[in-house]
Amino acid sequence: MTRFGNIFYLCLLFGALWGAVWTVLITLLALFISGELFQPQVTAGAVAGIISAGVLTSFTPEKRSIGMRALAGLVFIVVLTVGSGATPMGLAPSTYSIGQLVFLVLLAWVASQSIHLTALGFGPAGERRYNVEVICLRFIKGFGLVAFTIAVALPFFVMVMMSLKNQQLLLSNPLDFSLNFAQGAEALFRSYIELFTQYHFGSYLMNSAIVSVVTVLITLFFAVPGAYAVARLKFPGQHFLSRSILLIYMVPMIVLVIPLYAIFSQLGMRNTLWGLMLVYPATTIPVALYMLQGYFRGIPAELEEAGLMDGLTRLNVIRKITLPLALPALASVALYVFMIAWNEFLFAFMFLDNVDLYTLSRGIAELNSSEVPRQHLMAGAVIATVPVLALFLWFERFLVAGLTAGSVKG
Amino acid sequence: MIPENTPKPPSGLGPLAKREMRFAYALLLPTFLIVLSVVLFPLFANVWISFKPVTLGDLRAPSILVNERLMGKLEAVGDEADIRYRIRNSSRKSGIADVSMTDTLPDTLSILNVDDRCSIAEAVIACDLSDYEAGKREDIIVRVAATQAFIDAPINVKETEAAFEFVPENILTNDDFTLDNFRKVFDASDFWPVLWASLYYTIAGTIGALVMGLFAAQLMNMTFFGRSFLRGLYLSPYVAPVIAVALAWVLLLDPGPGGTLNALLIQLGVIDGPISFLGQRAVDINILGMTFEFPVALTVVIIFEIWRYFPLAMLFILARMQSVSTDIYEAAEIDGATPLQQFRFISLPQLMGIMAVLFLLRFIWTFNKFDDIFLLTGGAAGTRTLTVNVYEQAFAVSNLGAGAAVAVVVFLILLVFSVIFFKFSPEDDA
Repeated sequence: MTRFGNIFYLCLLFGALWGAVWTVLITLLALFISGELFQPQVTAGAVAGIISAGVLTSFTPEKRSIGMRALAGLVFIVVLTVGSGATPMGLAPSTYSIGQLVFLVLLAWVASQSIHLTALGFGPAGERRYNVEVICLRFIKGFGLVAFTIAVALPFFVMVMMSLKNQQLLLSNPLDFSLNFAQGAEALFRSYIELFTQYHFGSYLMNSAIVSVVTVLITLFFAVPGAYAVARLKFPGQHFLSRSILLIYMVPMIVLVIPLYAIFSQLGMRNTLWGLMLVYPATTIPVALYMLQGYFRGIPAELEEAGLMDGLTRLNVIRKITLPLALPALASVALYVFMIAWNEFLFAFMFLDNVDLYTLSRGIAELNSSEVPRQHLMAGAVIATVPVLALFLWFERFLVAGLTAGSVKG
Repeated sequence: MIPENTPKPPSGLGPLAKREMRFAYALLLPTFLIVLSVVLFPLFANVWISFKPVTLGDLRAPSILVNERLMGKLEAVGDEADIRYRIRNSSRKSGIADVSMTDTLPDTLSILNVDDRCSIAEAVIACDLSDYEAGKREDIIVRVAATQAFIDAPINVKETEAAFEFVPENILTNDDFTLDNFRKVFDASDFWPVLWASLYYTIAGTIGALVMGLFAAQLMNMTFFGRSFLRGLYLSPYVAPVIAVALAWVLLLDPGPGGTLNALLIQLGVIDGPISFLGQRAVDINILGMTFEFPVALTVVIIFEIWRYFPLAMLFILARMQSVSTDIYEAAEIDGATPLQQFRFISLPQLMGIMAVLFLLRFIWTFNKFDDIFLLTGGAAGTRTLTVNVYEQAFAVSNLGAGAAVAVVVFLILLVFSVIFFKFSPEDDA
């Protein structure tokens, strides 16, 4: 058995890849935070990754202590600095020098740690196919985590950062996301303050909240009895109904918008919140009913039969036995319906003409013009996103259980 | 041999079953009514509108406009003049039925002569004008003469306004039908490109979201520090309001001086000049001597779709994966199956059911999707799908009928998809 086998060479390859990836990412992070135009030294980073991986994984797993990893990191820094001609981030060390050093250390640490975790438990010697696959999958999954996180977070990051800057700064250096805290909170949050004082965002927020909450209440009020009937009672057409209820949910909103626009216009219901409070529940009731009936079926019928035997009426059985047991499902349905109503754009956009009635979606659409500065648009987006996201993350467990219990739309 | 008089099991519903049935129907009635009125009836109405020559402006009901004027001078007793009512139908397209007018004239004027259709009783003139077809205008003349009382206290005839009663024709319910809307839809030069863009968007968006969801689910199935935080983060594209994330993308991809992604790519040296990600229809790509036209804006819109909806697929696939018992993996492990083999021969077959259901649902919902493309590009640069075309026809070109005709096409295609899917879909539901 030779000392260096396939695992070692794989580690060199992944070392190069990790070195390149982290060099790009950390340099860009430094660029975003400082506003200095750093340039990622990709080739030098890859070489540094190879050599650092070579140093670390030439030892057997049990010898890779903290100290060894620190040594690998040090090697990374040295190689990167030398390989890039003493400009590890593409700019002379004199600019932003302390910061450069901090980011360099951070870069070396994540790079060597990534290499360590990828190679964890496997030595430089050759291994069977099983362990080769394990190492490859570790790299792919690690890389996937990094890629997904950046892809998902970048638009939100840009949204928040743009809302805190002003248009001139954004246009002069779009990559400078450094925040000037010295200007004070009022200046920092100026666009938010202006949205609430000059752009009626207070009333938009209120309208969105009213419409969403009323939609949730109406939906539950209609869907709970319906779901109970479909799940528990026997009647002709039950099977057909439980299968076809989701079909309603397949009807495209865009097909409904023209007739509803025409009819609501003639009835004078178009430019009102009542119109929305009629349309939203109608579109959410079928899916709420579907989710709830799935949950109701899971509640043992014996509990309800016991209630019936003791002389409760059906309605009281629903009220006193079924609903308390179905509370988690009710919560998740409520949250889901709230999310749909809060985020709804098409009908709000088509129906509402009156500024006093605008919901957040409609109000933000109004900001999307060249006359309104970008930070206001993004501040509006943040205002619309924060409540629903906070609510969702708070109750995530509920929602995930509820969403996956019945199939659900997007 | 069965004896003739064996008791038979009861047929039909017994009284208890009947009561249960009535109760079930009562519980379902509210749902049924609201779905009927806001979903099923509009569906039908949409088909109806698609056969009618209706534009956005026609939705305002026609009404009667009147201009009342005194023609001539009443300066001395016995002077004669005409009170002229110039009446017209405000609409050039729809008629008004059963028009009748009443007006109070100054009782100090003596009325000499009125139109045949009018009658006078105690200074109140009432005219039965019957029907006004579209664009009709006419004058009703009342010849009056001044009395001494009028000269003493002149009254402007306009002070009392003429009141009208009429039945406006409803453009939506009249019997005026046309096939022009459908002719316009199918004759339009962009019908096939639009259909093609729709299908490309739907298929690529659905498959992309599923594959990414599968990948993300594999990642979230590992245990590591910060997993629940990352799961929350990964779900946020799906949870955030579409308008917020779409506009964030628009600014991120902006080709102008403030665009983050272009600045980033230029800084990295990947591109030389800014790319208009959402404004460029296509770019020629040369592979092995063959030139392909690569649709830029449409692809970016599809990437947005994948970005926004992979969390949903991730959620469902993850839930399914966590319900697979670990025994089966342990057995495979003992048999020496490698991680990839375990994924290929154990995980994938277990996930096929939920993947098929997700594919079906996401396919239909992606086909129905309107807001995303509308907010990103407004349907420009080759991203106009059928649903965006509905909006374009109905509200941008203001031709409701043509928009409804496109909507009918959308609905028919969807119906075909649904029939195909439900015929071939596995029974395993999530």
